[in-house]
Amino acid sequence: MRHLLSINDIDKDFAITILDTAHEMARVSEGAVKKLPTLRGKTVVNLFAEDSTRTRISFEAAAKRLSADVINFTAKGSSISKGESLKDTAQTLQALGADAVVIRHPASGAAHQLARGKWISGTVINAGDGTHEHPSQALLDAFTIRKHLRGGKGDLSGVEVAIVGDILHSRVARSNVLLLTKLGAKVTLVAPPTLIPPQAQAWPVTISYDFNSVLPHMDAIIMLRIQQERMSDLYFPSEREYSSLFGIDTERLALTKPHSILMHPGPMNRGLEISAEAADSPQSVVVEQVANGVSIRMAILYLFIAGSQESSNE
Amino acid sequence: MSAALTTADISRALTRISHEILERNSGSSQLTILGIPTRGADIAYRLASIIESIEGVPVEVGTLDITLHRDDLRIRAPRPLMETSIPAAGVEGRTVILVDDVLFSGRTIRSALDALGEIGRPERVQLAVLVDRGHRELPIRADFVGKNLPTAKSESVKVRLVERDGIDEVLIEGESA
Repeated sequence: MRHLLSINDIDKDFAITILDTAHEMARVSEGAVKKLPTLRGKTVVNLFAEDSTRTRISFEAAAKRLSADVINFTAKGSSISKGESLKDTAQTLQALGADAVVIRHPASGAAHQLARGKWISGTVINAGDGTHEHPSQALLDAFTIRKHLRGGKGDLSGVEVAIVGDILHSRVARSNVLLLTKLGAKVTLVAPPTLIPPQAQAWPVTISYDFNSVLPHMDAIIMLRIQQERMSDLYFPSEREYSSLFGIDTERLALTKPHSILMHPGPMNRGLEISAEAADSPQSVVVEQVANGVSIRMAILYLFIAGSQESSNE
Repeated sequence: MSAALTTADISRALTRISHEILERNSGSSQLTILGIPTRGADIAYRLASIIESIEGVPVEVGTLDITLHRDDLRIRAPRPLMETSIPAAGVEGRTVILVDDVLFSGRTIRSALDALGEIGRPERVQLAVLVDRGHRELPIRADFVGKNLPTAKSESVKVRLVERDGIDEVLIEGESA
């Protein structure tokens, strides 16, 4: 059984296959009939033990466009909020006959636990686990960058990408560093030193504390959300200071190359890491990222679930 | 092993099919030719250029990937998707000529009809193939056939085209060859 738990589970060629497949899936979303019979008879469970808008609805839309049956399972309003363990929840899903479980969980490693625990026989797809990884977000970011800067083909060799903000708590940053560098992009992390994890020194990236000096060289800028819910300590003196040093606004946007794109995985804290004018500027592709997310998740579901009957019999 | 169809055979067959398509449909104005990747698409573009040279007007031509409509998706490993490109005029109300290299079980064509149904509702659909090798598993037949090649089920028919393989020929490979 094949799982998507981390970007480390996929090599460069397979990553490009996912992007190419998503490119064709996008066509379905543009067509008159937004439905394919591909996963008819398969059951996809969305197990969301943490709040999510974009990821959950785009996995749901993707599964439905491929004709899978979708069961949504959220922490609020389920037994998870009564303290049910992951194992017991998983065994329930197994009894429902889930072919795939898309899991979002506040604990890092929850998706690995679910996949390795042998509690379920289906494919596990990590939709974000704690501060660890969020592979489908990285794939949709790579897809968006490739579409705008590489004509929707091949890898990302030579593309300069800045990831800015709360790297420390960001699973999006971790997955993006792994995937973008795998695809040949040059990644620069920009943040106050307190928000850069110590192990980032060993990553194949450049680290900068000076946003303005980085901006003129970038083709794509990924802004990260300041995750107040994960911040137990004080990482910067004030929101105003953070915003003035590491937030993007129209003045900073003016320093970028004209063709460069501005990205944000959402939800945005307008006025903190991104100004309202910047978020709504022509360079911003935030809304398009959501549409691309559906195409990427269709590609993931197709490539990981279709034909899985064969592999489970091995 | 000798070729079941040589370069000259293929060229003559495609020219004849082009004329048959035009005769059956009284010209090319209503035609949309859609090839099934990969080699069916190559043949579709060749038929389109032959028809253009006969009629003197451009013909609508494109490709139609059927991967997501296959009926063996739950038992076989997923394969990468091929390109679909539908001409701007679409298929609504047109006469669609589906083109594939080899007609065998008929399952690819069934998938293609499903895929086509999602794009629009053609006035009619006709099927052109370079080789019909028999062994149908579904009630499907071709309207235009380059060559009927009786084969054993254990054999395989290999179509090679200049666009991809550097040479035009059709070979029969397998046990009784």
